[in-house]
Amino acid sequence: MTEVLQPEILISEISNLLRDDRHVAIGAASPIPGSAALLAEEERRNSDSKLKVTILHSQKFNNFTDGSRELFDASAQGRIDTFFLGGVQIDGEANINLVGTGRYPKLEKRFSGSFGSALMYFVVPKIILFREEHTPRTLVKKVDFISAPGISPPNVYRPGGPKYLITNKALFSFNKKDKNFKIEKINPEFTLDEVIKSTGFEFKTNKNLKYFNMPSQKRIDILRNLIAPKVLNFYPQFAKKLWFN
Amino acid sequence: MVNFDLMTVETIASKVEDNSLIGIPADYSGVPMSVTIEIIKRKKRNLRLYCLPLTTIQGDMLIGSGCVKEIETAAVTLGEYGQAPRFQDAIENSKIKIKDSTCPALHAQLQATEKSVPFMPLRGIIGSDLYHNRKDWSVIDNPMKTHSKDDEKIVILPAVQLDVLIFHAAKADINGNVQIGRRRELATLAHASKKVYVTVEEIVNEDFFECELKASATLPSLYIDGISLSKNGAWPCGLTDYYTLDSEEMNKYAKAAKHQETFDTYMENFISQSFYSNNLI
Repeated sequence: MTEVLQPEILISEISNLLRDDRHVAIGAASPIPGSAALLAEEERRNSDSKLKVTILHSQKFNNFTDGSRELFDASAQGRIDTFFLGGVQIDGEANINLVGTGRYPKLEKRFSGSFGSALMYFVVPKIILFREEHTPRTLVKKVDFISAPGISPPNVYRPGGPKYLITNKALFSFNKKDKNFKIEKINPEFTLDEVIKSTGFEFKTNKNLKYFNMPSQKRIDILRNLIAPKVLNFYPQFAKKLWFN
Repeated sequence: MVNFDLMTVETIASKVEDNSLIGIPADYSGVPMSVTIEIIKRKKRNLRLYCLPLTTIQGDMLIGSGCVKEIETAAVTLGEYGQAPRFQDAIENSKIKIKDSTCPALHAQLQATEKSVPFMPLRGIIGSDLYHNRKDWSVIDNPMKTHSKDDEKIVILPAVQLDVLIFHAAKADINGNVQIGRRRELATLAHASKKVYVTVEEIVNEDFFECELKASATLPSLYIDGISLSKNGAWPCGLTDYYTLDSEEMNKYAKAAKHQETFDTYMENFISQSFYSNNLI
Protein backbone atom coordinates (compact mmCIF):
# COMPACT_ATOMS: atom_id res chain seq x y z
CA MET A 1 0.00 0.00 0.00
CA THR A 2 1.38 3.40 -0.98
CA GLU A 3 1.47 6.17 1.57
CA VAL A 4 -1.78 8.13 1.59
CA LEU A 5 -1.53 11.92 1.91
CA GLN A 6 -3.69 13.80 4.43
CA PRO A 7 -5.56 15.84 1.78
CA GLU A 8 -6.36 12.56 0.01
CA ILE A 9 -8.06 11.26 3.16
CA LEU A 10 -10.17 14.43 3.27
CA ILE A 11 -10.99 14.14 -0.44
CA SER A 12 -12.08 10.55 0.16
CA GLU A 13 -14.24 11.44 3.20
CA ILE A 14 -15.93 14.31 1.37
CA SER A 15 -16.52 12.08 -1.62
CA ASN A 16 -18.47 9.69 0.66
CA LEU A 17 -20.81 12.54 1.63
CA LEU A 18 -21.88 12.99 -2.01
CA ARG A 19 -23.26 9.46 -2.29
CA ASP A 20 -26.91 10.25 -3.07
CA ASP A 21 -26.41 13.47 -5.01
CA ARG A 22 -27.32 14.05 -8.65
CA HIS A 23 -25.61 17.40 -9.14
CA VAL A 24 -22.79 18.95 -7.13
CA ALA A 25 -21.42 22.43 -7.80
CA ILE A 26 -18.01 23.69 -6.79
CA GLY A 27 -17.30 27.39 -6.25
CA ALA A 28 -14.17 29.49 -5.94
CA ALA A 29 -11.00 28.28 -4.23
CA SER A 30 -12.23 24.76 -3.41
CA PRO A 31 -9.61 22.30 -4.70
CA ILE A 32 -10.30 19.59 -2.09
CA PRO A 33 -14.11 19.57 -2.54
CA GLY A 34 -13.57 19.82 -6.31
CA SER A 35 -11.32 16.76 -6.29
CA ALA A 36 -13.85 14.91 -4.09
CA ALA A 37 -16.70 15.66 -6.48
CA LEU A 38 -14.75 14.51 -9.53
CA LEU A 39 -13.77 11.34 -7.64
CA ALA A 40 -17.41 10.59 -6.80
CA GLU A 41 -18.37 11.25 -10.42
CA GLU A 42 -15.69 8.87 -11.69
CA GLU A 43 -16.64 6.08 -9.28
CA ARG A 44 -20.29 6.30 -10.36
CA ARG A 45 -19.57 6.62 -14.07
CA ASN A 46 -20.76 3.11 -14.88
CA SER A 47 -23.56 2.93 -12.33
CA ASP A 48 -27.25 3.75 -12.67
CA SER A 49 -26.94 6.77 -10.40
CA LYS A 50 -24.63 9.12 -12.27
CA LEU A 51 -23.36 12.31 -10.69
CA LYS A 52 -23.09 15.62 -12.53
CA VAL A 53 -20.32 17.94 -11.37
CA THR A 54 -20.14 21.65 -12.18
CA ILE A 55 -16.83 23.32 -11.44
CA LEU A 56 -17.21 27.02 -11.94
CA HIS A 57 -13.55 27.81 -12.40
CA SER A 58 -13.18 25.29 -15.18
CA GLN A 59 -14.18 25.55 -18.80
CA LYS A 60 -14.70 21.87 -19.43
CA PHE A 61 -16.41 20.95 -16.15
CA ASN A 62 -18.69 23.97 -16.07
CA ASN A 63 -22.15 22.94 -17.25
CA PHE A 64 -23.53 26.48 -17.43
CA THR A 65 -23.94 28.68 -20.51
CA ASP A 66 -25.91 31.59 -19.09
CA GLY A 67 -23.11 33.44 -17.32
CA SER A 68 -22.13 33.45 -13.67
CA ARG A 69 -25.67 34.16 -12.45
CA GLU A 70 -26.79 30.70 -13.63
CA LEU A 71 -25.27 28.99 -10.57
CA PHE A 72 -27.52 31.06 -8.31
CA ASP A 73 -30.60 30.73 -10.47
CA ALA A 74 -30.10 26.95 -10.82
CA SER A 75 -29.57 26.65 -7.06
CA ALA A 76 -32.73 28.62 -6.31
CA GLN A 77 -34.59 26.29 -8.70
CA GLY A 78 -33.40 23.32 -6.64
CA ARG A 79 -31.14 21.91 -9.37
CA ILE A 80 -28.06 21.64 -7.17
CA ASP A 81 -27.99 19.10 -4.35
CA THR A 82 -24.71 19.95 -2.67
CA PHE A 83 -22.52 23.01 -2.47
CA PHE A 84 -19.48 23.78 -0.33
CA LEU A 85 -18.92 26.89 1.74
CA GLY A 86 -15.92 27.84 3.84
CA GLY A 87 -15.28 30.60 6.28
CA VAL A 88 -12.67 32.66 8.02
CA GLN A 89 -14.77 31.77 11.06
CA ILE A 90 -17.55 29.24 11.59
CA ASP A 91 -19.46 29.23 14.87
CA GLY A 92 -21.44 26.66 16.88
CA GLU A 93 -24.75 27.74 15.32
CA ALA A 94 -23.25 27.31 11.84
CA ASN A 95 -23.07 31.03 11.12
CA ILE A 96 -20.28 31.65 8.63
CA ASN A 97 -17.99 34.65 8.24
CA LEU A 98 -16.05 35.17 5.02
CA VAL A 99 -15.45 38.88 5.51
CA GLY A 100 -12.89 39.25 8.28
CA THR A 101 -12.08 39.38 11.96
CA GLY A 102 -12.59 42.32 14.29
CA ARG A 103 -15.21 45.03 14.21
CA TYR A 104 -16.85 45.71 10.84
CA PRO A 105 -16.25 47.63 8.59
CA LYS A 106 -12.68 48.52 9.54
CA LEU A 107 -11.76 45.06 10.80
CA GLU A 108 -8.44 43.87 12.19
CA LYS A 109 -7.92 41.44 9.34
CA ARG A 110 -9.92 41.71 6.15
CA PHE A 111 -10.53 38.61 4.03
CA SER A 112 -11.93 38.30 0.53
CA GLY A 113 -15.71 38.61 1.02
CA SER A 114 -18.96 36.68 1.20
CA PHE A 115 -19.11 35.42 -2.43
CA GLY A 116 -22.49 33.76 -3.10
CA SER A 117 -22.92 32.40 0.43
CA ALA A 118 -25.82 34.71 1.38
CA LEU A 119 -28.05 32.96 -1.15
CA MET A 120 -26.46 29.51 -1.58
CA TYR A 121 -26.66 28.75 2.16
CA PHE A 122 -30.45 29.28 2.01
CA VAL A 123 -31.37 27.33 -1.10
CA VAL A 124 -29.01 24.37 -1.57
CA PRO A 125 -30.35 21.41 0.45
CA LYS A 126 -26.98 20.01 1.49
CA ILE A 127 -24.36 22.61 2.32
CA ILE A 128 -21.07 21.11 3.43
CA LEU A 129 -18.95 23.52 5.43
CA PHE A 130 -15.32 22.89 4.71
CA ARG A 131 -12.44 24.47 6.55
CA GLU A 132 -9.15 22.60 6.60
CA GLU A 133 -7.72 24.53 9.56
CA HIS A 134 -9.39 23.32 12.75
CA THR A 135 -8.35 25.71 15.54
CA PRO A 136 -10.08 27.98 18.08
CA ARG A 137 -9.42 30.86 15.67
CA THR A 138 -11.43 29.28 12.82
CA LEU A 139 -14.11 27.41 14.79
CA VAL A 140 -15.33 30.09 17.18
CA LYS A 141 -18.05 30.58 19.75
CA LYS A 142 -19.55 33.47 17.78
CA VAL A 143 -18.47 34.84 14.40
CA ASP A 144 -17.42 38.51 14.17
CA PHE A 145 -19.52 39.01 11.03
CA ILE A 146 -22.36 36.92 9.62
CA SER A 147 -21.94 36.47 5.87
CA ALA A 148 -24.76 33.94 6.01
CA PRO A 149 -26.69 32.66 9.07
CA GLY A 150 -26.81 28.97 9.98
CA ILE A 151 -30.53 29.03 10.74
CA SER A 152 -33.49 31.23 9.83
CA PRO A 153 -36.93 31.97 11.31
CA PRO A 154 -39.95 30.23 9.71
CA ASN A 155 -41.00 33.30 7.69
CA VAL A 156 -37.79 33.18 5.63
CA TYR A 157 -37.68 30.90 2.57
CA ARG A 158 -35.07 28.32 3.42
CA PRO A 159 -35.16 24.89 1.80
CA GLY A 160 -31.37 24.62 2.26
CA GLY A 161 -28.73 24.94 4.93
CA PRO A 162 -25.79 23.34 6.71
CA LYS A 163 -25.68 19.56 6.91
CA TYR A 164 -21.99 18.84 7.62
CA LEU A 165 -18.81 20.52 8.73
CA ILE A 166 -15.54 18.85 7.82
CA THR A 167 -12.02 19.89 8.87
CA ASN A 168 -8.63 18.21 8.88
CA LYS A 169 -9.48 16.85 12.33
CA ALA A 170 -13.14 15.81 12.28
CA LEU A 171 -16.49 15.48 10.55
CA PHE A 172 -19.57 16.97 12.25
CA SER A 173 -23.26 16.84 11.36
CA PHE A 174 -25.51 19.84 12.05
CA ASN A 175 -28.87 19.57 13.77
CA LYS A 176 -31.13 22.44 12.73
CA LYS A 177 -33.61 21.89 15.56
CA ASP A 178 -31.04 21.78 18.36
CA LYS A 179 -28.91 24.40 16.59
CA ASN A 180 -25.70 22.51 17.19
CA PHE A 181 -23.02 20.30 15.71
CA LYS A 182 -22.44 16.68 16.62
CA ILE A 183 -19.13 14.95 15.99
CA GLU A 184 -19.47 11.96 13.63
CA LYS A 185 -15.91 11.02 12.67
CA ILE A 186 -12.44 11.84 13.81
CA ASN A 187 -9.10 11.83 12.01
CA PRO A 188 -7.12 8.98 13.68
CA GLU A 189 -4.12 11.34 13.95
CA PHE A 190 -6.00 13.18 16.73
CA THR A 191 -7.77 12.36 19.99
CA LEU A 192 -11.28 13.54 20.89
CA ASP A 193 -9.73 15.65 23.64
CA GLU A 194 -7.51 17.39 21.10
CA VAL A 195 -10.53 18.08 18.89
CA ILE A 196 -12.47 19.53 21.84
CA LYS A 197 -9.51 21.76 22.75
CA SER A 198 -9.14 23.04 19.21
CA THR A 199 -12.85 23.85 18.79
CA GLY A 200 -14.06 27.24 20.03
CA PHE A 201 -17.68 26.10 20.38
CA GLU A 202 -19.31 23.23 22.22
CA PHE A 203 -20.50 20.29 20.18
CA LYS A 204 -22.39 17.08 20.94
CA THR A 205 -20.25 14.02 21.43
CA ASN A 206 -21.14 10.69 19.90
CA LYS A 207 -21.20 7.21 21.45
CA ASN A 208 -20.64 5.74 17.99
CA LEU A 209 -17.74 7.98 17.05
CA LYS A 210 -15.97 6.63 13.98
CA TYR A 211 -12.59 7.29 12.41
CA PHE A 212 -11.92 8.81 8.99
CA ASN A 213 -11.73 5.91 6.53
CA MET A 214 -8.46 5.14 4.82
CA PRO A 215 -9.20 5.28 1.09
CA SER A 216 -8.76 1.93 -0.66
CA GLN A 217 -5.85 1.39 -3.04
CA LYS A 218 -8.34 1.36 -5.90
CA ARG A 219 -9.67 4.76 -4.89
CA ILE A 220 -6.18 6.20 -4.53
CA ASP A 221 -5.32 4.92 -8.00
CA ILE A 222 -8.39 6.60 -9.49
CA LEU A 223 -7.59 9.80 -7.64
CA ARG A 224 -3.97 9.97 -8.72
CA ASN A 225 -4.32 8.64 -12.26
CA LEU A 226 -7.62 10.10 -13.41
CA ILE A 227 -8.60 12.97 -11.11
CA ALA A 228 -5.25 14.67 -10.43
CA PRO A 229 -4.65 15.57 -14.13
CA LYS A 230 -8.13 17.12 -14.31
CA VAL A 231 -7.57 19.16 -11.14
CA LEU A 232 -4.30 20.42 -12.60
CA ASN A 233 -6.36 22.28 -15.21
CA PHE A 234 -8.30 24.48 -12.84
CA TYR A 235 -6.42 24.41 -9.52
CA PRO A 236 -2.84 24.23 -10.85
CA GLN A 237 -1.09 25.41 -7.67
CA PHE A 238 -2.91 22.89 -5.49
CA ALA A 239 -2.47 19.94 -7.88
CA LYS A 240 1.22 20.65 -8.45
CA LYS A 241 1.93 20.81 -4.73
CA LEU A 242 0.05 17.61 -3.90
CA TRP A 243 0.57 15.32 -6.87
CA PHE A 244 3.07 16.72 -9.35
CA ASN A 245 5.93 18.02 -7.19
CA MET B 1 -11.75 48.68 -43.04
CA VAL B 2 -14.20 48.24 -40.20
CA ASN B 3 -17.68 49.64 -39.70
CA PHE B 4 -17.28 50.84 -36.11
CA ASP B 5 -15.28 53.24 -33.94
CA LEU B 6 -11.85 51.74 -33.65
CA MET B 7 -10.00 53.56 -30.91
CA THR B 8 -6.81 53.20 -28.93
CA VAL B 9 -6.50 51.79 -25.42
CA GLU B 10 -5.43 55.29 -24.33
CA THR B 11 -8.63 56.80 -25.72
CA ILE B 12 -10.75 54.26 -23.85
CA ALA B 13 -8.94 55.11 -20.61
CA SER B 14 -9.51 58.82 -21.23
CA LYS B 15 -13.28 58.18 -21.41
CA VAL B 16 -13.31 57.11 -17.75
CA GLU B 17 -14.13 60.16 -15.68
CA ASP B 18 -13.26 60.71 -12.05
CA ASN B 19 -16.09 59.66 -9.68
CA SER B 20 -17.67 57.35 -12.23
CA LEU B 21 -19.30 54.04 -11.35
CA ILE B 22 -17.34 51.51 -13.36
CA GLY B 23 -18.27 47.89 -14.13
CA ILE B 24 -15.55 45.39 -13.23
CA PRO B 25 -15.70 41.91 -14.77
CA ALA B 26 -14.62 38.83 -12.79
CA ASP B 27 -11.29 37.13 -13.43
CA TYR B 28 -12.92 34.59 -15.74
CA SER B 29 -14.77 37.01 -17.99
CA GLY B 30 -12.09 39.13 -19.66
CA VAL B 31 -10.17 41.50 -17.40
CA PRO B 32 -9.20 44.69 -19.30
CA MET B 33 -5.68 44.99 -17.90
CA SER B 34 -4.21 47.11 -20.72
CA VAL B 35 -6.85 49.80 -20.15
CA THR B 36 -6.48 49.46 -16.37
CA ILE B 37 -2.79 50.38 -16.66
CA GLU B 38 -3.72 53.46 -18.73
CA ILE B 39 -6.30 54.46 -16.11
CA ILE B 40 -3.62 54.21 -13.42
CA LYS B 41 -1.15 56.21 -15.57
CA ARG B 42 -3.75 58.94 -16.02
CA LYS B 43 -4.21 59.14 -12.22
CA LYS B 44 -7.98 58.78 -12.35
CA ARG B 45 -9.44 59.41 -8.90
CA ASN B 46 -12.49 58.55 -6.78
CA LEU B 47 -13.60 55.72 -9.03
CA ARG B 48 -16.41 53.58 -7.70
CA LEU B 49 -15.96 49.94 -8.66
CA TYR B 50 -18.97 47.69 -9.19
CA CYS B 51 -17.71 44.12 -9.43
CA LEU B 52 -19.68 41.36 -11.10
CA PRO B 53 -19.31 39.67 -8.79
CA LEU B 54 -15.66 39.91 -7.73
CA THR B 55 -12.28 41.28 -8.73
CA THR B 56 -8.70 40.08 -8.51
CA ILE B 57 -5.51 41.86 -9.57
CA GLN B 58 -7.37 44.58 -11.49
CA GLY B 59 -9.24 45.88 -8.44
CA ASP B 60 -6.24 45.43 -6.16
CA MET B 61 -3.99 47.45 -8.53
CA LEU B 62 -6.54 50.25 -8.90
CA ILE B 63 -6.96 50.44 -5.10
CA GLY B 64 -3.20 50.34 -4.45
CA SER B 65 -2.72 53.11 -7.02
CA GLY B 66 -5.15 55.41 -5.21
CA CYS B 67 -7.77 55.44 -7.99
CA VAL B 68 -10.66 54.08 -5.92
CA LYS B 69 -13.07 55.74 -3.50
CA GLU B 70 -15.60 52.94 -3.09
CA ILE B 71 -16.09 49.31 -4.04
CA GLU B 72 -19.24 47.20 -4.20
CA THR B 73 -18.30 43.53 -4.42
CA ALA B 74 -18.82 39.96 -3.23
CA ALA B 75 -15.06 39.41 -2.93
CA VAL B 76 -11.62 40.75 -3.71
CA THR B 77 -9.03 37.99 -3.86
CA LEU B 78 -6.01 36.81 -5.83
CA GLY B 79 -7.54 33.31 -5.86
CA GLU B 80 -4.84 30.65 -5.60
CA TYR B 81 -2.31 33.45 -5.05
CA GLY B 82 -3.83 34.52 -1.75
CA GLN B 83 -5.64 37.53 -0.36
CA ALA B 84 -5.63 40.84 -2.23
CA PRO B 85 -3.10 42.84 -0.16
CA ARG B 86 -3.78 46.42 -1.31
CA PHE B 87 -7.52 45.87 -0.83
CA GLN B 88 -6.95 44.48 2.67
CA ASP B 89 -4.74 47.42 3.58
CA ALA B 90 -7.30 49.91 2.23
CA ILE B 91 -10.13 48.39 4.28
CA GLU B 92 -8.15 47.88 7.48
CA ASN B 93 -7.03 51.53 7.35
CA SER B 94 -10.36 52.99 6.17
CA LYS B 95 -8.86 54.33 2.93
CA ILE B 96 -11.85 53.27 0.84
CA LYS B 97 -15.54 52.64 1.46
CA ILE B 98 -16.91 49.15 0.90
CA LYS B 99 -20.41 47.97 0.10
CA ASP B 100 -20.10 44.29 0.97
CA SER B 101 -22.47 42.24 -1.15
CA THR B 102 -23.10 38.71 -2.37
CA CYS B 103 -22.80 37.45 -5.98
CA PRO B 104 -26.51 37.01 -6.80
CA ALA B 105 -27.33 40.48 -5.41
CA LEU B 106 -24.74 42.09 -7.69
CA HIS B 107 -26.34 40.29 -10.63
CA ALA B 108 -29.91 41.14 -9.57
CA GLN B 109 -29.23 44.89 -9.19
CA LEU B 110 -28.00 45.04 -12.80
CA GLN B 111 -30.83 42.80 -13.99
CA ALA B 112 -33.27 45.37 -12.56
CA THR B 113 -31.62 48.02 -14.74
CA GLU B 114 -31.72 45.66 -17.76
CA LYS B 115 -35.49 45.49 -17.34
CA SER B 116 -35.78 49.15 -16.35
CA VAL B 117 -37.61 48.30 -13.13
CA PRO B 118 -36.71 50.08 -9.88
CA PHE B 119 -35.82 47.06 -7.76
CA MET B 120 -35.42 43.31 -7.80
CA PRO B 121 -36.34 40.82 -5.08
CA LEU B 122 -33.87 38.14 -4.02
CA ARG B 123 -34.13 35.28 -1.56
CA GLY B 124 -31.49 34.60 1.08
CA ILE B 125 -29.56 37.49 2.72
CA ILE B 126 -31.99 37.96 5.66
CA GLY B 127 -30.21 37.54 8.99
CA SER B 128 -26.78 38.31 7.55
CA ASP B 129 -24.62 41.27 8.55
CA LEU B 130 -24.44 42.11 4.86
CA TYR B 131 -28.05 43.17 5.14
CA HIS B 132 -27.50 45.08 8.39
CA ASN B 133 -24.80 47.19 6.73
CA ARG B 134 -26.69 48.02 3.52
CA LYS B 135 -28.99 51.01 3.95
CA ASP B 136 -29.95 50.74 0.27
CA TRP B 137 -31.50 47.26 0.74
CA SER B 138 -34.94 46.61 2.25
CA VAL B 139 -37.08 43.74 3.45
CA ILE B 140 -40.74 43.54 2.42
CA ASP B 141 -43.57 41.06 2.91
CA ASN B 142 -43.98 38.98 -0.23
CA PRO B 143 -46.98 40.80 -1.79
CA MET B 144 -47.80 37.80 -4.02
CA LYS B 145 -48.36 35.44 -1.06
CA THR B 146 -46.83 32.60 -3.10
CA HIS B 147 -44.82 31.07 -0.29
CA SER B 148 -46.52 28.24 1.56
CA LYS B 149 -46.45 30.39 4.67
CA ASP B 150 -48.17 33.60 3.69
CA ASP B 151 -45.98 35.98 5.70
CA GLU B 152 -42.73 35.44 3.80
CA LYS B 153 -40.12 38.16 4.23
CA ILE B 154 -38.04 38.91 1.17
CA VAL B 155 -35.17 41.31 0.38
CA ILE B 156 -35.46 43.92 -2.37
CA LEU B 157 -32.41 45.47 -4.00
CA PRO B 158 -32.18 48.74 -5.93
CA ALA B 159 -31.53 48.89 -9.69
CA VAL B 160 -27.95 49.98 -10.37
CA GLN B 161 -26.93 51.82 -13.52
CA LEU B 162 -23.23 51.84 -14.35
CA ASP B 163 -21.55 54.86 -15.93
CA VAL B 164 -19.02 52.87 -17.87
CA LEU B 165 -18.02 49.25 -18.52
CA ILE B 166 -14.70 48.10 -19.95
CA PHE B 167 -13.85 44.48 -20.67
CA HIS B 168 -11.47 42.42 -22.76
CA ALA B 169 -12.71 39.82 -25.23
CA ALA B 170 -11.47 37.47 -27.91
CA LYS B 171 -12.78 38.88 -31.16
CA ALA B 172 -14.74 41.66 -32.78
CA ASP B 173 -16.20 41.29 -36.27
CA ILE B 174 -16.12 43.95 -38.99
CA ASN B 175 -19.37 45.45 -37.72
CA GLY B 176 -18.21 45.82 -34.12
CA ASN B 177 -20.07 42.83 -32.70
CA VAL B 178 -18.03 41.20 -29.93
CA GLN B 179 -17.62 37.51 -29.12
CA ILE B 180 -18.28 36.92 -25.41
CA GLY B 181 -18.85 33.16 -25.59
CA ARG B 182 -20.82 31.94 -22.61
CA ARG B 183 -19.67 34.79 -20.38
CA ARG B 184 -23.19 36.14 -20.43
CA GLU B 185 -22.57 38.29 -17.34
CA LEU B 186 -20.75 40.62 -19.74
CA ALA B 187 -24.08 41.14 -21.53
CA THR B 188 -25.78 41.87 -18.18
CA LEU B 189 -23.06 44.42 -17.39
CA ALA B 190 -23.31 46.00 -20.85
CA HIS B 191 -27.10 46.25 -20.77
CA ALA B 192 -26.87 48.12 -17.47
CA SER B 193 -24.09 50.52 -18.47
CA LYS B 194 -24.36 53.98 -20.11
CA LYS B 195 -21.09 53.49 -22.01
CA VAL B 196 -19.33 50.27 -23.00
CA TYR B 197 -15.76 49.95 -24.30
CA VAL B 198 -14.13 46.70 -25.31
CA THR B 199 -10.56 45.63 -26.04
CA VAL B 200 -10.07 42.56 -28.23
CA GLU B 201 -7.32 40.17 -29.22
CA GLU B 202 -8.27 40.33 -32.88
CA ILE B 203 -10.68 41.81 -35.38
CA VAL B 204 -11.92 39.30 -37.90
CA ASN B 205 -13.14 39.92 -41.42
CA GLU B 206 -16.61 38.44 -41.05
CA ASP B 207 -20.07 39.16 -39.64
CA PHE B 208 -20.92 36.99 -36.61
CA PHE B 209 -24.63 37.33 -37.41
CA GLU B 210 -24.21 35.26 -40.55
CA CYS B 211 -23.71 32.18 -38.36
CA GLU B 212 -26.37 31.31 -35.76
CA LEU B 213 -23.84 29.59 -33.49
CA LYS B 214 -21.53 32.62 -33.44
CA ALA B 215 -24.44 35.05 -33.09
CA SER B 216 -25.54 33.27 -29.91
CA ALA B 217 -22.13 33.97 -28.37
CA THR B 218 -22.09 37.63 -29.40
CA LEU B 219 -22.67 40.97 -27.70
CA PRO B 220 -24.25 43.09 -30.45
CA SER B 221 -22.59 46.36 -31.46
CA LEU B 222 -25.69 48.30 -30.42
CA TYR B 223 -24.47 48.11 -26.82
CA ILE B 224 -20.86 49.05 -27.65
CA ASP B 225 -19.40 52.56 -27.85
CA GLY B 226 -15.84 51.79 -28.86
CA ILE B 227 -13.43 48.94 -29.53
CA SER B 228 -9.66 48.79 -29.34
CA LEU B 229 -7.29 46.11 -30.54
CA SER B 230 -5.11 45.02 -27.62
CA LYS B 231 -3.10 41.83 -27.92
CA ASN B 232 -2.62 40.10 -24.57
CA GLY B 233 -4.94 42.77 -23.17
CA ALA B 234 -5.96 40.63 -20.17
CA TRP B 235 -2.43 39.67 -19.15
CA PRO B 236 -1.45 38.56 -16.49
CA CYS B 237 -5.06 37.32 -16.20
CA GLY B 238 -6.11 34.65 -18.67
CA LEU B 239 -8.44 34.73 -21.65
CA THR B 240 -10.42 31.63 -22.64
CA ASP B 241 -9.03 29.89 -25.74
CA TYR B 242 -6.09 32.36 -25.96
CA TYR B 243 -3.85 32.18 -22.93
CA THR B 244 -3.96 31.02 -19.33
CA LEU B 245 -3.29 33.14 -16.27
CA ASP B 246 0.44 33.90 -15.87
CA SER B 247 1.26 32.07 -12.67
CA GLU B 248 4.74 33.53 -12.34
CA GLU B 249 3.56 37.12 -12.69
CA MET B 250 0.68 36.55 -10.23
CA ASN B 251 3.14 35.23 -7.65
CA LYS B 252 5.38 38.22 -8.29
CA TYR B 253 2.47 40.61 -7.87
CA ALA B 254 1.12 38.88 -4.73
CA LYS B 255 4.52 39.26 -3.11
CA ALA B 256 5.12 42.87 -4.20
CA ALA B 257 1.63 44.03 -3.21
CA LYS B 258 2.15 43.06 0.45
CA HIS B 259 3.61 46.50 1.17
CA GLN B 260 2.81 49.87 -0.41
CA GLU B 261 6.50 50.61 -1.14
CA THR B 262 7.15 47.33 -2.98
CA PHE B 263 3.80 47.68 -4.73
CA ASP B 264 4.78 51.17 -5.94
CA THR B 265 8.08 49.86 -7.33
CA TYR B 266 6.28 46.98 -9.03
CA MET B 267 3.79 49.37 -10.62
CA GLU B 268 6.53 51.72 -11.85
CA ASN B 269 8.12 48.78 -13.65
CA PHE B 270 4.80 47.52 -14.94
CA ILE B 271 3.85 50.92 -16.35
CA SER B 272 7.24 51.65 -17.93
CA GLN B 273 7.28 48.40 -19.87
CA SER B 274 5.12 47.85 -22.87
CA PHE B 275 3.43 44.48 -22.46
CA TYR B 276 0.51 45.18 -24.72
CA SER B 277 0.77 45.72 -28.44
CA ASN B 278 -1.82 48.18 -29.58
CA ASN B 279 -1.76 48.35 -33.34
CA LEU B 280 -4.51 50.00 -35.27
CA ILE B 281 -5.10 47.81 -38.28
